Amino acid sequence: MGKRLFRWVDERLGTSHFARKAFDKIFPDHWSFMVGEIAMYCLVILIVTGVYLTFFFVPASGEVIYHGSYKALQGARMSAAYASSLDLSFEVRAGLVMRQMHHWAALVFLAAIVVHLCRVFFTGAFRRPREVNWIIGVTLLVMSMMNGFFGYSLLDDLLSGTGVRVGYSIALSIPVAGEWLAFLFFGGEFPNTEFITRFFVLHVLLLPALIVGLLGAHLAILWRQKHTQFKGRGRTEDNIEGSRLWPSYAAKSVGLFFIVTAVIAALGGLAQINPVWLYGPYDPAQASAATAGSQPDWYVGWLDGALRVMPGWEIRAFGHTIANPFFPGAVLPGLTFGVLYLWPFLERRFTKDRDPHNLLDRPRDAPVRTALGAATLSFYTILFIAGGNDVLSSVFRVAPESITNLFRVLIFVVPVLVFLVTRSACRSLARDHVHPFGGTVGSRVRRTPAGGYEAVDDDDPPPAEATRADLVAEAYRRPAPPAP
Amino acid sequence: MPAERRIAVLLLASTLAALGLAGVYIAGGQPQAEGALLGVALAGIGFALILWARGLSSEGAVVAERGPLGGTVEDEEAVEERVEEVTEEPGRRSVLRLFWAAGGALALSAVFPIRSLGPAPGNALLRTAWRPGSRLMDTDGRLVRVDTLQVGGTLTAFPQGAEKAGDSSVILIRLEEGQLQPRPGRESWSPRGYVAYSKICPHVGCPVGLYQADTHELLCPCHQSTFDVLDGARPNFGPATRSLPQLPLAVDPQGFLIAQDDFDEPVGPGFWNRD
Repeated sequence: MGKRLFRWVDERLGTSHFARKAFDKIFPDHWSFMVGEIAMYCLVILIVTGVYLTFFFVPASGEVIYHGSYKALQGARMSAAYASSLDLSFEVRAGLVMRQMHHWAALVFLAAIVVHLCRVFFTGAFRRPREVNWIIGVTLLVMSMMNGFFGYSLLDDLLSGTGVRVGYSIALSIPVAGEWLAFLFFGGEFPNTEFITRFFVLHVLLLPALIVGLLGAHLAILWRQKHTQFKGRGRTEDNIEGSRLWPSYAAKSVGLFFIVTAVIAALGGLAQINPVWLYGPYDPAQASAATAGSQPDWYVGWLDGALRVMPGWEIRAFGHTIANPFFPGAVLPGLTFGVLYLWPFLERRFTKDRDPHNLLDRPRDAPVRTALGAATLSFYTILFIAGGNDVLSSVFRVAPESITNLFRVLIFVVPVLVFLVTRSACRSLARDHVHPFGGTVGSRVRRTPAGGYEAVDDDDPPPAEATRADLVAEAYRRPAPPAP
Repeated sequence: MPAERRIAVLLLASTLAALGLAGVYIAGGQPQAEGALLGVALAGIGFALILWARGLSSEGAVVAERGPLGGTVEDEEAVEERVEEVTEEPGRRSVLRLFWAAGGALALSAVFPIRSLGPAPGNALLRTAWRPGSRLMDTDGRLVRVDTLQVGGTLTAFPQGAEKAGDSSVILIRLEEGQLQPRPGRESWSPRGYVAYSKICPHVGCPVGLYQADTHELLCPCHQSTFDVLDGARPNFGPATRSLPQLPLAVDPQGFLIAQDDFDEPVGPGFWNRD
């Protein structure tokens, strides 16, 4: 039956020619190549759970009175959007698990994208000929962050409404065009009745379509250019070593999909996320006890931290104002993503390295790049932690002013230290050929007949370039397959 | 245990969990059980697939040639030639320019519908719903009288008849008479120790709701700006750059608190044309 169907399709589309070649496509076995796949599989989960949620969510800000089964809010006035979020959590069977899986998948999706980006950055995988895929990848990150924010905002609870207001205020702070931009994007002065419907269209239609389309391009380019690979015996710029797509890689990758989904499902069922019923409906004049000490989703934490550590400065001149939130809220992300987009070209400019690269650097091979990357990560990590300055202040019983001032210092000092330490660590690792997971460092000793110990001059040291990874690769190596 | 046996156990566990999941749903649903069973059902298949993949192929690592990425020079030249045949001929170039012009104009005209997405900013950011004589109403819909608050008390108030106006919320605080050091020109704005400030943080618009009576400070819970209530709500710390706008208050003959007028400056976050 399967065979007949395959023939039927092949006679009409010529599938067998493509499949035969595709089955032999080689994928590297290194674990770090799995992270991008995790992101892709999270996207699949997001789409499936997201479609289910759209059947129940009402993207409208019209006021309703709640009569559902959650007693604490019965009789409360709220938007239809918030009421439907409560209903799909409490009234719809399997609805809460779907909603929590959707939220968890979004958090893991962005985490996987960021780790994937780090992998590509620290191994130099963005270099020629892969600049275009780097740019597409950064765009996917930006769009995914935006879509996470829109989705979070749709529920119209007290926390999300505050987040939208912050976004509106940042838009408003943009010089010259800010007022118009904010009014056109949010549909007028905030709070208003327009933005939920608008965000809904962006969240379920426009951005997902762009993300899926760009991911398709990302994968097609990967397919065409083939994966990079780490250096190792027998690996050159002109070959690629790994498993064939069929059967081992396909089975492993589909297995990974099921495991990622299993983890998201377990989180969705067992780990509560964004319990909007505790926050109450959005009310622009209220910040309830439930929202004190609350933090945004992790991937916007650095922006919240930047808003918090920014001193109370702004520019007022010639009858105009460049308001304070513009700098942490618009300039910082602009610089962040601007530098990310340009990185392959900036690096090429400084290293003068214009050659195509299919062999990856180990992070130590490029000490300055690695140190810059580590310093940058420390910068955003500090901003992220600074986003919890109120929590830190109450946990450690220190005045929020002191905590904030501390972060204002750390934000400049720590990245410099991280840069220096990382650069020197990379240089000494590269000089001594130390592999963190292989080889032994130190000297050999021999027990003498008298019961003492004496150092042995190692006459046969392992070859300096060989690491355990190489030896393992060697052990597994088989002759190249005959060309199909 | 041999691999086949482990795969069989995993798949059996997955099957049972999936059937259990269906059972939980039929029985009315239970989020924790649904998540856990779905997790087991999926993880069973996932791990079984990976165990299975190990045994599928014994060939280990395989090496293949990459092959060239770019086309040949002949390919490139041939494509360029075919394009130039069309674009470089003198008569066609002027027509092409007209195509570009028409396309550009069309793209430009397609920008205009964006204007329909929102109203013009106009005065919206400069004014609130407070009018001379507006009575203060609390969040439960009660009008605020001169004896509503005791010294040290606070409440959130809106102009009567505009309880939905998001830009008009104020935090009303009753201080000891004479405690406040009014700014020049604001001496008559705080009758009987009542002072009202806009509740919208001038940083990014969060409600400035936390009043610390011992230090007379208002704290914004979002980004920790603090404001000195006795000194015209001047920012003490944090990212806020401006004082909270003060609403000029008065007491009407019936003993209700009223606004003398709208705020004398825009409320909320800063923007280009604020001043």
